[in-house]
Amino acid sequence: MNSTRNLPQMLLGQARDILLISLLALGAVCCLLLALGISPADIASTLATGAVGSWLKFNHVLTVWVPLLLCCCGLLFTFRAGLWNIGIEGQVILGAIGTTLLLRADSLGLPPSLLIGLALCAGFISGGLWGGFAGLLKNRGGVNEIFGGLGLNFVAQGFILWLILGPWKREGIASMSGTDLFARELWMYTPPGWRVAPASIVIAICAFLVTWYILSRTRFGLRVKAVGANPAAAPLYSIRPDRTGLAAMILGGGIAGIAGGLQVTCVYHRLLPPISSGYGYLALLVVMLANYKAGPVPIICLLFAALAAGSIQLPITLQLDSSLSGVIQGACVVAALLVYGWRKSRKGGA
Amino acid sequence: MDINLTALVAAIAVMSAPVVLAALGETITEKAGVVNLSLDGTILLAAMVSFVVAFETRSPVLGALAGAGTGAIVAAIVAAIGVQLGQSQVAVGFALTFLCRDLAYFLGSGHSRVEGPQFEPLPVPLLSELPLLGKAFFSHSILVYLSFIAIPLCAYLMYRTRWGLIIRSVGENPEAAWARGINPIMVRMAATIGGGAMVGLAGATYSLSVKPGWGHPQGCEGIGWIALALVIFGSWNPTRVVVGAYLFGLLQLMGIYFQDAFTTIPPQIFQVAPFPLMIFTLVIIHFSHGKKGVLARWVRMFSGKPPKAMGRPYRRN
Repeated sequence: MNSTRNLPQMLLGQARDILLISLLALGAVCCLLLALGISPADIASTLATGAVGSWLKFNHVLTVWVPLLLCCCGLLFTFRAGLWNIGIEGQVILGAIGTTLLLRADSLGLPPSLLIGLALCAGFISGGLWGGFAGLLKNRGGVNEIFGGLGLNFVAQGFILWLILGPWKREGIASMSGTDLFARELWMYTPPGWRVAPASIVIAICAFLVTWYILSRTRFGLRVKAVGANPAAAPLYSIRPDRTGLAAMILGGGIAGIAGGLQVTCVYHRLLPPISSGYGYLALLVVMLANYKAGPVPIICLLFAALAAGSIQLPITLQLDSSLSGVIQGACVVAALLVYGWRKSRKGGA
Repeated sequence: MDINLTALVAAIAVMSAPVVLAALGETITEKAGVVNLSLDGTILLAAMVSFVVAFETRSPVLGALAGAGTGAIVAAIVAAIGVQLGQSQVAVGFALTFLCRDLAYFLGSGHSRVEGPQFEPLPVPLLSELPLLGKAFFSHSILVYLSFIAIPLCAYLMYRTRWGLIIRSVGENPEAAWARGINPIMVRMAATIGGGAMVGLAGATYSLSVKPGWGHPQGCEGIGWIALALVIFGSWNPTRVVVGAYLFGLLQLMGIYFQDAFTTIPPQIFQVAPFPLMIFTLVIIHFSHGKKGVLARWVRMFSGKPPKAMGRPYRRN
């Protein structure tokens, strides 16, 4: 086990894993590009300039990083409890809806900053409820959290479309481009020359630190871990797996809901159908690549965000489809599963 | 409102053909105890490969074969990591869903929105002359007929042959199967790859027959998830899964036909309906367990249990 090995050895093992994964994934992608007659060096330089070529471009990376990191925090809870919370995409959407609901109630007469704060809380609650619903379906309804969550994603997608085309439609015309923009004072403060609200970065970092603290330093975190590691043994320590799992789902859904809320208040300033931008699904890939550990998550999020932001440049400079970033991300995760699996099977055989 | 029943049945048969193929393929895979979650990406990638191959070779048949091959290759990756190495099948399937989707868009962008070959309708001689039935069932392209034939074939394979018994035993209790001289890992890999080939064929059915052509979006996005839901909805029984697939086809068509008739029902309802229905069914089945009474018995009669060892990796000790 890990405790019998010393730290340098562990770090060396991890470094070897990272090297192996990136070699496998990038090697495969490079082979593919060379076969198509595209120079990988061109791609790399385009992606790099697209991600960090200017302050504005780096801002764009951060706007992806914030919701991605928040979704990952939510997933760390549910994965630790042994649950596959694929419904995170729906939880992001519901969080965005909850936040919008409160921001539209401008007749409350509250100061804008307080209203934004309350709206984000509403996002937390609505995302948490959606996650809790999937958890209840699993505990009480016998619906596996993967398929229940997936189903609720589709329901959430239908719900947001209905809201945008129905009750919350624009003055006069219903349009897929979203609801009306909020009043200026309800936008989260973004300094001139910035694209990302500094407060949202602070929220994401805080959420990550809190997640790390709860999972590794509190009794609740230990309980979640016990349920995830061995749900059959947990009751021996009077831990109820169903309740602990439900709590993890609610908490995870809530944090994902904040991601949705920030998309509404900081990025789009309105509700629109693709509000979740697939960040929930991308976060699942990030956490899988991190081998379900908290430590590497912020860095992987940053790399994935840089890929996503940098790939916008691909069609402009190289006339290539921007989905290449997804290919690289997916290849990394499949390579990681291969390497971790290989490592596990060797350990089991020895 | 006047709806021609024959045309409606024919349209359902076409719309549901790829869903039937994909759901049956996944049923075979899951019966062996493996969850191949990569369906949505596999269908898209296979659709792209089939169209490009058919376009370059001017042969839809080669295109369809390439599609089936693509599905088999993706499934082989799922099997290698999820069965051979014993990693989480859900994890590898999920990662492949997105890898395949983006790969399809990236590689296919050169063939976007171009005119290409497709399977022409091939009326069955004599049978297609039948009144009503001929137009509804016997005037389609070959891939649609394939989806018809696959239904009894799949049910027969699963419940009437030795192979079917082996597949089911590996999905229920791989340890016992091992004790009887069956290698669960080999059987699971074969079932995954075979099922994946059918899923690939579903993709070919889209790009070469149902929604001919390639583009971003192609129009078959989301179908993989529906097929996964249908397998559960049909409680892992090929015949019931297929009934679910045709119901889904009907639901899709209703969304198109009745949009004007029922303006109060938002069209989004029809698009997302299968999933809530699946959840609802699962909950009802769950609550009928251990209950007495006619209704509970009736529900149990029409429901089945998932393969006992589904998703659980088999380890030889």
